[in-house]
Order: sequence, then structure tokens, then C-alpha cells
Amino acid sequence: MRKVYVIGAAATPIGEHWKLSLRELAVRALLTAIRDAGIDKRDVEALYVGNMSSGSLQGQEHLGALVATWAGLAGVAAFKVEAACASGGAAVHQAFLSVASGIYDCVAVVGVEKMTDAIPFDVTASLMMAEDQEYVAFTGTTFVGLNAMVYREYMRRYGVEQEDVARFAVHCHKMAVANPYAQFRREVSLEEVVNSPLIADPIRLLECAPVGDGAASLVLCSEDYLKRDPRDELIEVLASTAATDILSVHERPDLTTLNATRRALEKAVKQAKIEIGDVDVLEVHDAFTILGVVTLEDLGYAKRGEGWRLVKEGEVEPGGRIPTNTLGGLKARGHPVGATGVYQVFDLIKQLRGEAGENQVEGAELGLAQNLGGVGGTAIIHILRRVR
Amino acid sequence: MKFSTTVGIAGYGGYVPQYRVKCEEIARVWESQRAPIREKSVPNLDEDSLTMAYEAAKMALRMAGVEPGRVGAVLVGSESPPYAVKPTATVVAEALGVTPQVVAIDMEFACKAGTTAMILAAGLVASGAVAYGLAIGTDDAQARPSDELEYTAGAGAAAFLISRRIGECVALIEHAYSYVTDTTDFWRREGQRFPSHTFRFTGAPAYFHHVIQAAKSLMEEAGLRPSDFNHVVFHQPNVKFPLRAARYLGFSRDQVKVGLLSGDIGNTYAASSLLGLVRVLDEAEPGDRILVVSFGSGAGSDAISLVATKKLSEKRSLLRRLLDRKVYVDYAKYSRLKRILGWGW
Repeated sequence: MRKVYVIGAAATPIGEHWKLSLRELAVRALLTAIRDAGIDKRDVEALYVGNMSSGSLQGQEHLGALVATWAGLAGVAAFKVEAACASGGAAVHQAFLSVASGIYDCVAVVGVEKMTDAIPFDVTASLMMAEDQEYVAFTGTTFVGLNAMVYREYMRRYGVEQEDVARFAVHCHKMAVANPYAQFRREVSLEEVVNSPLIADPIRLLECAPVGDGAASLVLCSEDYLKRDPRDELIEVLASTAATDILSVHERPDLTTLNATRRALEKAVKQAKIEIGDVDVLEVHDAFTILGVVTLEDLGYAKRGEGWRLVKEGEVEPGGRIPTNTLGGLKARGHPVGATGVYQVFDLIKQLRGEAGENQVEGAELGLAQNLGGVGGTAIIHILRRVR
Repeated sequence: MKFSTTVGIAGYGGYVPQYRVKCEEIARVWESQRAPIREKSVPNLDEDSLTMAYEAAKMALRMAGVEPGRVGAVLVGSESPPYAVKPTATVVAEALGVTPQVVAIDMEFACKAGTTAMILAAGLVASGAVAYGLAIGTDDAQARPSDELEYTAGAGAAAFLISRRIGECVALIEHAYSYVTDTTDFWRREGQRFPSHTFRFTGAPAYFHHVIQAAKSLMEEAGLRPSDFNHVVFHQPNVKFPLRAARYLGFSRDQVKVGLLSGDIGNTYAASSLLGLVRVLDEAEPGDRILVVSFGSGAGSDAISLVATKKLSEKRSLLRRLLDRKVYVDYAKYSRLKRILGWGW
């Protein structure tokens, strides 16, 4: 397996982009990433587009050829990669595999989602397509409802109060203030979070990642490519792994742990040859506060039922034991679903390049991003290291 | 736009039905926490946009003391006419006694048709084609039960008699500006009972874009600044939007507050900004400058600047009394009044 490097990264701010279409968002991020890499776009051999809902929300599929065409890359190998909310991470994974395998020397990834010009009912129905339509969706439950079951069971089993879990949202909002790409650059208090409107008991509005539009893009290359085009600063993708779990939450023996995360992690630390404690900066998939907390446990940073303590004790902040979602996470940076996995890597790169501004983790060299599809039906993990 | 001859308002009237339902009552039924306003007006079973238009117009004529026969135009702006085909304007005109020698027409532009009726009436009067023109904005707004719109869809009407005899006018129209684009933020197709909307898209790209562009452009064209106005009235789909538009444009809360009625009566659609103007005229002093900015989905905004005359102190409407006359209903009675409950539908 060959080494894989990230040499370009870019994103649009996340928000309500009323005047930018799906393709405009994707093309804008992609061309900016190519410019950031400082390469000729004709070097790009393949394009992987991470996206979940273009078919149901825009009536548009075939995003590979669409985005390639509008970015002036027609001719390259190009595909849409879909794995629900893990679509972005899955696209990065495919790009990684294509370079690691020796097939391509230079490839691009773009994660894109355009959600705000659809009506809420359609967005909810579209997100629910991540679950089993025949056996689960027909009951009428929504994605928030499924996460609410995880949340309830977590509180019951470990005797944890909602405030302890909800604090994850307070942390993310605090981190997003300094991130110019974030959808919500304002702090919220714990009181505001737990008193915000109830969405699916016990999940409150301010515990849910928002609906937004955005695109993030990366350029990956091989060592051979670097020989032709050397650089002073360089970030290596040490690991890119994916794993699945039984799709539907109710079929799993334990609601409060996500096996897909554990499996992807096991492979990732082997591939990267690191210890989980070596990680300087972490991105977790906090689509809901409970997922952020459970992930801290599944990644081994806390015992079962104690992930919330890291948040309460400030260990997830820059300077803490495991700085997490330092640019706002899904909750406050935003969660344009199919783009999120790419945004997470983009945020890690900001930290590893020392470009994270006020939230910079001093001397950050090693970063890990965990991206989930559904309620952990899919998990994708990326580990990046600044090598110079 | 500037009219070649100065025209003004010789009489005006505002009508609001007596029933009110509190927002918290609607929220109770749907178990929501929505509270975009305090309460909204609800028409009685024998009221609709037509009867309310008549009530407001009758008051405008009475205030002006003008013989009905001299009214040459009746323009009715509404998105809730009782008939899909058959004009409201003819019925109102007949009831007022201004038929048959009269230009009468119904106009639809969501919540903006009332101000557009005023601009067109002003044009007809300024050109000398008619002596008096009656511009009416009226609506009995409908919303799908549980929809966001149900919390605000109110009922009311406002009417203005436009005259070229400036000596009898309570306010003169200085400038008008109309700004429209093709923006699909709210609509109701033929055969649909309730309107559809695009949620948050109805904010920044729809309401705010058009309201702000119209207001700014009018001030640029007329060489006016926010501080030149004593009162400003924006279309009022809720309480938050007009206040936010005012803040963005540089108007103070004091300039907005007199004409801001949505908290108490809801969004009266084509009557919304015009009822605000009625309220402002009732409180304004001679010499006061007033800016009215409507918004109609689809979308567009009319901005109209007016200056109150000395005549204003002699003439005031009954709107305050109608606003204070309140009979609260619960959701059950509200459903009946709105014909959500009933028979034969």
C-alpha cells in the first residue's frame, strides 16, 4: 500500500446559500482546493463526490460527471459516493484507496449537500432514507426519534442527567465562534439548550445538528506525485478505514455503543501504527449531543457511561486532554450531511497546519476524524499526521 | 415614482373583526412552543374579505365626506376573495353606492395588493381620469391547521380615498417605489385550499430582500434618510420581521411602534401594512413624514412616502376602538369560525 498525502483543502462556509446551487457549491469548493494545492487541475485523475440526498432533494444524480463537467474536469473518472451522513468520509476513503492502491497519483474529493431549499418535511424524509424503509421508516419514526432512544437508554443505564449530555452542544457552539466557516458562530448556554423546544423526547432543538448547505474539498496524492511536485509542508493520511454495524438500532444488542466506530477504530490504529492517546485533535460525528458523548467512549477516551465527564471537565477544549470538535463540530460548524465527513478532515487540516486561529491546539500533529452514517450503521475513520 | 400632480388621502378607514384567538391557545392544541405574536383577529361566520373591505371603505368615504357618486375607481387588493371568479370590487362598489360609472377591479399580489391598489388609484387620480379613487387592502387569511402560518393568519381591511384636491387631504403622497422579482416563497395554486410556503426561504431572500430594496430605493430616489421619517410601517407577517427590517435600515423602534399591529391582530395580509398606516395616521401630527413598505410573496414590495397635513387633526378613524374591542375564542370556536369545523364542506 502506498502512502497518501493531502495537499489541498478548501470549503465554503456552511449556511443558507440561497443563491448557490448544489453544483455551484461543489465546483467552488473543488476549484478552491485545487488552487490551495497549487496544482494544475489537469493533474486530477479521479473525482469522488460525497453526497447523500441530491436524488431526493434536487432530483439530481450522476454527480460525478456533473461536478467534473462544471469544474472543467470532464474526462476524469468521477463518481458519487453515498453512505448516508458518512458519504463525505466514504468519498475520502475511496479517494484514499485509489491512490494507496497505486491506480491514481492525484485525485480530488468533494463533499456537498444542499438542504435549505427543500421543505423540512422533505428533508426529514430524505434523512430517514439512511434507515431501513421497509422495517423501520414505516413506523413513522424519524432520525431524531432513533437517536432519542439511544439517549434515553444511555441516561437510564448510566444514571446520567440530560444536562451532562447536552453540554456537548454548549462546547461546540463555543468552539464555532472563531470559525469563519461555521453556521452558528455564537455561544449558547446549557440553560438555553435544555430549555429549547423538544424535538423527540429527550432531544431538544439545540442538541441537534442544523440543516445547512455547504461543500468541502480535498486533493490527495501519492509519494510519486510529490517527487515531481515537492512541498515544504505536508500532511499524510495515515489511516482511512470504514466499518458497518447491523443497520437498524433496534436489532443491536446494545444501544449505547456504536460497534462500527469500534471496528473502524481498531483497523485505523493498526494502519496508522499509533495509540489512541497520541491523538492531538479529534473530530467526532455529533449529529446529536448523545452521539458525541457515546463516540468519546467508543474511541476509548472514556469508560462506558462517562464520556460526558470529558466535556464537563473541559478536557475536550484546546489545551485539554483530547481537544474535540475544536471548530464547532456538526452542531455548530454545521452538518450538510454528505459534505460533513470532508468538513471534518478539512477542520483537522486547519489544526495540523496551525490555521485554527483562536482555537488552535498548540503543536497539533496528529488528528483523528470519525464520521457516522445513520445511527452508526456506517463509521469512517481518518487519521492524519503533519509530517513536515 | 413621482406623480405628475400631487395627490393625497382624503379619507381612510380600518376594520378588524372582534374575535381574537391567542397564539398560546393555538400552540396548546398543537403542543408547540411557537409564539410569533400574542393574538390574532378572527372574522365572524358572516364576515369575509368582501364584507371587511366594505366596512373599511364606508369609513373612508364617511371621513372624507365625499359623495359616493364621485368615486371613479374601486380597486380591491386581496388574496382571499370569496369568489374565485366574480369580483369583490363590484359588490363593494354597489354596496357603497358608487356604481355603475366606475372602474372596479380585484387585484391579487399576496400581501402587497393593497399598496399596489393605492399606487394605481393615485395614478388614476393624478392623471385626472377620475376625481376620487378608492384603494382597499383586505384579507381573511387562511392557513393549514398546525402550519406555522396558522399562528399569524389574521383578518382585517383598510381603505383609502385618494383625492387630487389637496386642501381636503389628511396626508399627501410624496413618492412611491415598487420592486418585484420572481421569487417563489409562498403560493396557493388553483384548487388548493391552503397556501404553501418555503419556510426559512420566506425570510432573507423574500421578505427582507424586497422590503429593504424597496425602502432603500425610495429613499435614494426621494433624497430622504431614515431620520427624515416620523413613522415607518412595514408589512407585518409577525412581530420580529418588521422590527428586524427597521433595525437593518436604520429606523428606531420608536419610529416603528405606532404602526406595528401584528402582535395584536396577526398578519392581515393585503391589509397588514395599510392597517399600520391607518393607525399611524390616527396618531400622527401635521407635518409628520410616514414611510409604508408592503411585502407580497411572489414577490415584491411597494414603498410609499407620505406627509401628514393640517387636515389630519380634524379627521381620525375608529380603528383604535376596533382594536380594543375583543372577544376571545378558544381553538374549538376558532375552528368553527374559520370553517375548519362545520358541515357541507
